[in-house]
Amino acid sequence: MAFQQIKLYQTGTFVAGNRLLDPEQRSVQARTGRSNSLTSGHRACRGCGEALGARYVLDAAMRATDGNLVAVNSTGCLEVFSTPYPESSWQLPWLHSLFGNGPAVAAGVAAALRAQGREDIRVVGQAGDGGTVDIGFGTLSGMFERNDDVLFVCYDNEGYMNTGVQRSGATPPAATTANTKALGGTPGNVFGQGKSVPLIAMAHEIPYVATATVAELRDLEYKVEKAMTFRGARYLHVFVPCPLGWGAASADTVKLARLAKETGLFPVFEAEAGTVTEVSKIRRQVPVEDYLRPQKRFAHLFGDQPRPDVVARLQARADRNIARFGLLPEGDE
Amino acid sequence: MDKPFAITLDVGTSRANKTGSWRTERAVYTNRMPPCNDACPAGENVQAWLYEAEEGGAGYERAWRKIMADNPFPAIMGRVCYHPCETACNRAQLDEAVGINSVERFVGDEAIRQGWTVSVEVPPTGKRVLVIGAGPSGLSAAYHLALRGHTVTIKEAGPMAGGMMRFGIPRYRLSRDVLDAEVQRILDLGVTLELDTKVGDLEAVRQDYDAVFLAVGAQLGRRAYIPAGEAAHVLDAVSMLRDLESGEKPLLGRRVAVYGGGNTAMDAARTAKRLGASEAIVVYRRTKDRMPAHESELREAEDEGVLFKWLSTIKQVDGGRLTVERMELDDTGFPRATGEVEELDADSLVLALGQDTDLSLLDGVPGLVVEDGVVAVGSDMMTGCPGVFAGGDMVPHERSVTVAVGHGKRAARHIDAWLSGAAPEPVARPALATFDTLNTWYYSDAPRAHRPVLDRARRESTFDEVVLGHDESTALMEARRCMSCGNCFGCDNCYGVCPDNAVIKLDDPGGKYLIDLDYCKGCGLCVAECPSGAIQMFPERI
Repeated sequence: MAFQQIKLYQTGTFVAGNRLLDPEQRSVQARTGRSNSLTSGHRACRGCGEALGARYVLDAAMRATDGNLVAVNSTGCLEVFSTPYPESSWQLPWLHSLFGNGPAVAAGVAAALRAQGREDIRVVGQAGDGGTVDIGFGTLSGMFERNDDVLFVCYDNEGYMNTGVQRSGATPPAATTANTKALGGTPGNVFGQGKSVPLIAMAHEIPYVATATVAELRDLEYKVEKAMTFRGARYLHVFVPCPLGWGAASADTVKLARLAKETGLFPVFEAEAGTVTEVSKIRRQVPVEDYLRPQKRFAHLFGDQPRPDVVARLQARADRNIARFGLLPEGDE
Repeated sequence: MDKPFAITLDVGTSRANKTGSWRTERAVYTNRMPPCNDACPAGENVQAWLYEAEEGGAGYERAWRKIMADNPFPAIMGRVCYHPCETACNRAQLDEAVGINSVERFVGDEAIRQGWTVSVEVPPTGKRVLVIGAGPSGLSAAYHLALRGHTVTIKEAGPMAGGMMRFGIPRYRLSRDVLDAEVQRILDLGVTLELDTKVGDLEAVRQDYDAVFLAVGAQLGRRAYIPAGEAAHVLDAVSMLRDLESGEKPLLGRRVAVYGGGNTAMDAARTAKRLGASEAIVVYRRTKDRMPAHESELREAEDEGVLFKWLSTIKQVDGGRLTVERMELDDTGFPRATGEVEELDADSLVLALGQDTDLSLLDGVPGLVVEDGVVAVGSDMMTGCPGVFAGGDMVPHERSVTVAVGHGKRAARHIDAWLSGAAPEPVARPALATFDTLNTWYYSDAPRAHRPVLDRARRESTFDEVVLGHDESTALMEARRCMSCGNCFGCDNCYGVCPDNAVIKLDDPGGKYLIDLDYCKGCGLCVAECPSGAIQMFPERI
């Protein structure tokens, strides 16, 4: 981890704050003055990872830019639950157009600000995995290759949750969704499909690409802050569990995000100009089963007819990530 | 109508939408009982004083005052307590128990160094209480009674206060400077101490007082019948340790055998080494793992070269020689004689076979019941005689300094209630903060710091303290290893992880939080991500 380690026993940098720390050493989320960019009263489900992730990201970005920030939102849960007319949960300038054009609109806002000589105002584009990985992918790639001055954030909950839990290009293999049922020889979503947008973003050689989860607040805030030090296209991919779509307890949101990282299924890293520069090491490695079992979308792997073979294939995916990104601490490999 | 095309309503904030109505369960900040507090025989609020000590600096004095609310001997505890708190500590399941005892010693020593004192904050009640015996139990009771405004007189048979802390525990475990300082602090509260005043007949003095607390201890060394030749040199451990403290150096010879397996046996053997014995051997009838001696004392004795002879009883003592019979344990763990004997060279034999109480002062006290050589008391520490309470080694319980201190505190509480005619305030005992109520992910990996010990050469020849204290930074780190089980320690995690901003952080340095029930949807994330298990979900009444 590249962010400053706090040499304080008890909880160190794992928790949001700690009464023993100077306010400046606490996370943005631990401060009473945080901007609460996404305020109370929004209609997200109980324990929504995306609502949590969006506030983490935008509060950190607001702090990094002294509040000179505009957010552009693609269609998705985040847009729907935050802005049922005439209410808004957003406490920053916020713009929504369509499902597929979020990155293009964000690029346009950045261009307009530049034309007005207001380059002190920064732009964040945000979308769920549907709006990023599938439907908004063309405009996102365009934004990357033009190197438009936008930080684009994908809140990845691995499916189209707002429309009733359908498969997206970020849905993991074996997971059941409304259109990948637990039927047949290869139940759930098939293996060998889908894509990693962080790696695709790196292939555009844009200044900064990072992944993060809602389980590691300090790491997430550090990455947002760092992204705001760059000009040009930047991409942040945040893993946000969805209690509804995954069939998980609302209290398990942060735990599942933690397990996704600790199993190796979701590699947490950062890259500059196409090269990985830092990797968050696994702290307490666990088998993928620990991550899969609390989720109903994987229940068919553990039911009356368990599928250890499928679990093993998922473990192999995790192991491949571990080897590929070097996720184990030094000396453990 | 100056709104744009197709717009009919003003933009409003979503805060108008009170999502709290979705809730079926609510999160509530609670305090569970930390296992350390639960295990403390003196009833210390360990987690609470560690919380203060974690801050360092000014926090040490607040920590000390929290200890003093329950126990007047922090520096003594930090040396002689067998710390059941550390045995119970949840952190032991993560890496190693928090070194609570070492932090207590640091805080206690700091108090002596800085001269922190306590004072009586209530007006005098005019009630007179007699405490018999100035050991840990009597001193503890006197301290708590004095703080409650009572006039306390301690009558002590011996020449100095401290009881077994002075005449039973050798100097190498408890420096007398520390003992004197902590005893003096109690006397400074206005407690009258009458030394060399043996109470021979309680009935004769009882009427002068409104209540009595008996804490005469158990200092009669138990004898066992062992046939002994004329030249045999046999003495008992309690007398030996007491004589040593009074300035008489016992003659032990070069080879010393100690009979028994308790803490007193360890003290006797280690003392013998320090007095110049080239060989000290402990003879015990059972096995090492069945020894009643505390593991730390056994280890320190072994480190100092004390020898052990397990599964052995002494049949005969003659000048310079012991006859020892080998034992074996039966199925129930009871030692049975085998008939095999051997001889062991020993210039003297020290008996450490347990202690009895001299109860002769209690003759004629109405209603008072003596069972198995100890005084029967209720849970309020009162004997069968109204107004006469008892505690420490003379009542049926495990015998340790900390237990005795706890007895003194509990007796004081009940004496106070008895004197005022009111029932004592009930003590709340919330549910235990077990390991599974914690989210240990959040605690830093932090190996325990162990206290340094004196080097062996000096341990064998001097009575200097064997276990040394931590310096400030080490003590602070050790305090910060505390996981604050069951109680909020202000980590801000609940405030951070709420997806609905429904945790309100109050702007005070203590870090207090409230749940905003207007918006709390009852997801339980704050509960799941609270490191110390200080939040719980309760069903809403619907």
